[in-house]
Amino acid sequence: MRLVVDLNRCQGFAQCAFLAPDVFALHGGEALLFTSRFDEALRDQVEQAAAACPVQAILVDFSDEPTKGAEGRVG
Amino acid sequence: MSADGDVKALRRKGRIVVVGASLAGLRAAETLRDQGFTGSLTLVGDEPYEPYDRPPLSKQVLLGLECAEDTALPRTRDIDAEWRLGVAAAGLDRAAKDVRLVNGDTLPYDRLLITTGTKARPWFHPEEAALDGVFVLRTRDDSARLFRKLAAGPRRVLVIGAGFTGSEIASVCRERDVEVTVAERAPAPLVGALGEVVATVAARLQRDHGVDLRCGVSVTALEGDPAGRLRRAHLSDGSAIDVDVAVVCLGALRNTEWLAGSGLAAGPRGVACDAGCRVFDANGIVTDDIYAAGDVARCPHPLFGYQFLSLEHWGNAVEQARIAAHNMLCASTDRRPHLWVPMFWSVQFGVNIKSVGVPTLGDQLVVAQGALDEARFVAVYGYRGRVIAAASFDAGKWLGFYQQQIEAGAPFPPDYALVDRRTDTLQPVDPAFPDPHLPTHEPTVTVTGHSPTERRVQFVAPHA
Repeated sequence: MRLVVDLNRCQGFAQCAFLAPDVFALHGGEALLFTSRFDEALRDQVEQAAAACPVQAILVDFSDEPTKGAEGRVG
Repeated sequence: MSADGDVKALRRKGRIVVVGASLAGLRAAETLRDQGFTGSLTLVGDEPYEPYDRPPLSKQVLLGLECAEDTALPRTRDIDAEWRLGVAAAGLDRAAKDVRLVNGDTLPYDRLLITTGTKARPWFHPEEAALDGVFVLRTRDDSARLFRKLAAGPRRVLVIGAGFTGSEIASVCRERDVEVTVAERAPAPLVGALGEVVATVAARLQRDHGVDLRCGVSVTALEGDPAGRLRRAHLSDGSAIDVDVAVVCLGALRNTEWLAGSGLAAGPRGVACDAGCRVFDANGIVTDDIYAAGDVARCPHPLFGYQFLSLEHWGNAVEQARIAAHNMLCASTDRRPHLWVPMFWSVQFGVNIKSVGVPTLGDQLVVAQGALDEARFVAVYGYRGRVIAAASFDAGKWLGFYQQQIEAGAPFPPDYALVDRRTDTLQPVDPAFPDPHLPTHEPTVTVTGHSPTERRVQFVAPHA
């Protein structure tokens, strides 16, 4: 599973860091660090965190559509 | 056929090609499908990877909190696209309406979206740039390589250029307990983005965290040993530093070379487009089938004097891509302008730096909340008596308010009651930006043709 946080929106409320501490952490007073890829076992936690974010800055995968068509290294 | 009839046919069975498979390209593709586009959709990317998120590359990845391979962007929906990854676009034929790829394939399009973004500006001396230990940081591979080097425990890292990327790398080095020297030509880090008044705080942060920050100097040469490994850097003040890693952070170049000869208004400063993301040709005439979004686009912003802004901002890529995708698929009366207020953030030395608006336009500055010497404040920038931007250090929650002020053209200096207001910091001062009148770019167009009917604008390569 993958996620991304819109850090323009993020205001450091830290709800996510409380609800899914393995995925989100505050770095200093209000800067958020997150891991983009997380284990399926943490899905509930991450969904709660995404729902609890007061500014709705967390986007979690909707689709796992495979990406095909890489042509190998060029150049 | 009426224009609206064309649009209906396009939505049903048109061919859309998106060149650039990163944040803007992906979000545009999702929006196209969201808006009911059922035709063929092709995404072209020069890297062999699916779209990934770049901000963690200079932070989490270098700190070892996350692998570079794990930064793939989440999808908001299936996009049913044909992916052409690991193959760059080589040219554009507007008359034939097709994109040529480096492997010789051609992709015909009814609508084209250009989201090719930027690349890191390389070190000016190719032989020195090829030394083992000299890095740039832009891509997933760059980040993975630099992480391995930092993990091996270098004796000293030299960061060349103290913009946001350079400052973030210096911060990571100190957090990993690696000795780091930062060389910056300007009088302080982040001067170009935030002005010297605020930049002085950034300089203090670096020194307080043990960075050997050297301002007002440039790196003149990188010296290697016979085995081709970086050993020493020479500075313009005559000094030399023994380093085994140098990270070149001299800003970005827009990926527009593949558009050379296409007749579009695409050059070193980006692809010029209107506020609806429609690209201009070199004569300043708008095209109706070619759009641009993200770092590579340059478009006029009504809030900021209709200046052509090109923004290397994450949020801009997302919003502009959505606007471009929407406008590609609709009749002219339904098109929407890209009115996103510029906004960015950076994390360095444990401090969250955020900005909204266009600080570089500012002719005055007040510290409206907090204080500069606490490194926790909001600096508000004014332009001719209006609020034009705000930058915060560890005070991001106030910026939504200042965004409203910017959008409403509120008077500057702010005269309302503020939380955490220090009266001694409310006196407007000059934010001290470098003089914008000093030329940084050569002219890049020339007018050709003798009779009025033959006169056209032609791009010329900038002088090296």
